[in-house]
Amino acid sequence: MRIVLLVTTLALISGPVAAQSPAPPGALTCSGCHGAAGSELPSLRGKDAATITQALLAFRSGAREATLMNRITKGFSEDELAAIAVWIEAQKDVK
Amino acid sequence: MSLTDRRQILGGLAATATVLGAPYVSAQAQPHVIVIGGGFGGATCARFLHRAGIKVTLIEENATYTSCPFSNLVIHGSREISAQQFSYDALKSEGITIVAQRAQSVDGDARRVTLNDGTTLTYDRLILSPGIDMRFDALPGYDAASAELMPHAWKAGAQTVLLRRQLEAMEDGGLVVMSVPANPYRCPPGPYERASLIAHYLKTKKPKSKLIVLDAKDQFSKQKLFQEAWANLYPDHLEYVPLAAGGKTTEVIASDKTVVTEFSRYTAAVANIIPPQQAGKIAQLAGAADRTGWCPIDPMTFESKLRPNMHVIGDAAIMGAMPKSAFAANAQAKLCAQTVAQLLRGETPAEPKLVNTCYSLVAPDYGISVAGVYRPGNGVFVDIEGAGGTSPLTAPQDVRTREAAYSNAWFGIITAEVFG
Ligand SMILES: Cc1cc2nc3c(=O)[nH]c(=O)nc-3n(C[C@H](O)[C@H](O)[C@H](O)COP(=O)(O)OP(=O)(O)OC[C@H]3O[C@@H](n4cnc5c(N)ncnc54)[C@H](O)[C@@H]3O)c2cc1C
Repeated sequence: MRIVLLVTTLALISGPVAAQSPAPPGALTCSGCHGAAGSELPSLRGKDAATITQALLAFRSGAREATLMNRITKGFSEDELAAIAVWIEAQKDVK
Repeated sequence: MSLTDRRQILGGLAATATVLGAPYVSAQAQPHVIVIGGGFGGATCARFLHRAGIKVTLIEENATYTSCPFSNLVIHGSREISAQQFSYDALKSEGITIVAQRAQSVDGDARRVTLNDGTTLTYDRLILSPGIDMRFDALPGYDAASAELMPHAWKAGAQTVLLRRQLEAMEDGGLVVMSVPANPYRCPPGPYERASLIAHYLKTKKPKSKLIVLDAKDQFSKQKLFQEAWANLYPDHLEYVPLAAGGKTTEVIASDKTVVTEFSRYTAAVANIIPPQQAGKIAQLAGAADRTGWCPIDPMTFESKLRPNMHVIGDAAIMGAMPKSAFAANAQAKLCAQTVAQLLRGETPAEPKLVNTCYSLVAPDYGISVAGVYRPGNGVFVDIEGAGGTSPLTAPQDVRTREAAYSNAWFGIITAEVFG
């Protein structure tokens, strides 16, 4: 984590976003539906990895009601979902 | 394009090289990526390549992009075409070099693209996201000229507005006919969303009229959900004729808007003919399309199986189980940008996963969805078993209303990510 944040910070300092560790499988898709705050579709910006992981796992098990996320999370292992959550949290300093 | 403009573009390229040279690409050999097509796939890909510090040029012939998603609401009469239109200003101000010309040809061996005005640009890697072209040789009687009388409205813009105007001008009691092609084509559930919204328009505005949908297949995306809704909402306004009941269109006669099938002839007041399609012409000219008219790719990298250093994303590519949707094109584009950046750095990309979600409106406040999660398999993308699927059948209206609202929210977010 510290390395990811360090790289991100460096990227901000050096202008255009520099090399980051590649997004884990599936992670790049999320931003197609989850963007800025103020939409019917919840924003993920500023959310920490633990909160996101918890939500994803609850969608996957069916503990949390959803129209769509339950169908999508079933395509990922618990580890994959956790990796996506960590990556999303790390994006908060990018852009 | 004048010579001065041309110099400006070249100057712009040089400037980009200096600014972006620093992060990790050595100055003397900074790789250059060209993206052809500034739609959901290409504009996204150019943006993410640029943000990854790659020198990129986006070639897009139109100054304004007109989105197909939500264009069925324009035909329905409840949305203006201007709400579908996006400029490239945000991409430009981010520093992306945009060449507003048509890519005329690609020489894959020389890695060179020739533009409309004869200018050439060279690339290290090329990304093709040209979308589709109609096959005006596939359905007897249907060519570019007949499309002015019987619109396809399958590329959004003037065609969309034409179909809406024809519906508005039609007298109550008129017959509307829609012809739907066999797979594969852009947006598998799109014709059925459009049929629903036209039926909604007829029911509310021209109740003596009727829509007949002639389909060249028996099965389609979200079929049970659509048919459940049609039976409830449009029993008198929508008649569906599948292949098995003679639904395949064999010929059209544009002069009197006649649609001919194996068993019948329909003379329509308004005819919407969605013809068979193929990858955009530049993909054919580049040698990236096979005999089917679509582009085979390696799902690990989106690289063409026919041409090295060319990647194909979006509707033009053969993606296997992944449908031709804007959502899919955008997701593929982000992954392709990351993958191409890795390849240029000499890294090996890990095995990816991709997600698709397609919403359809059965009525303005009634949404349904289908989703899928995919991984590379058998040289294409295959479904991950146990994931994805459609909205539930017989769900309460509240669920349908929420999905309609999510659909609307999705459009705002994805277009902001691509063009905003
Ligand atoms: C009625 C309808 C409804 C739809 N609804 C949805 C929906 O709700 N959700 C969804 O996800 N998808 C939907 N789609 C599908 C979606 O529109 C496409 O899947 C998506 O546009 C594909 O993106 P693309 O980048 O492959 O092609 P496009 O978006 O078509 O972009 C291609 C671009 O390339 C440019 N171009 C082509 N050739 C050249 C050249 N030689 N030189 C320069 N520029 C060139 C074109 O001008 C165009 O801007 C719908 C489609 C239709 C028809």
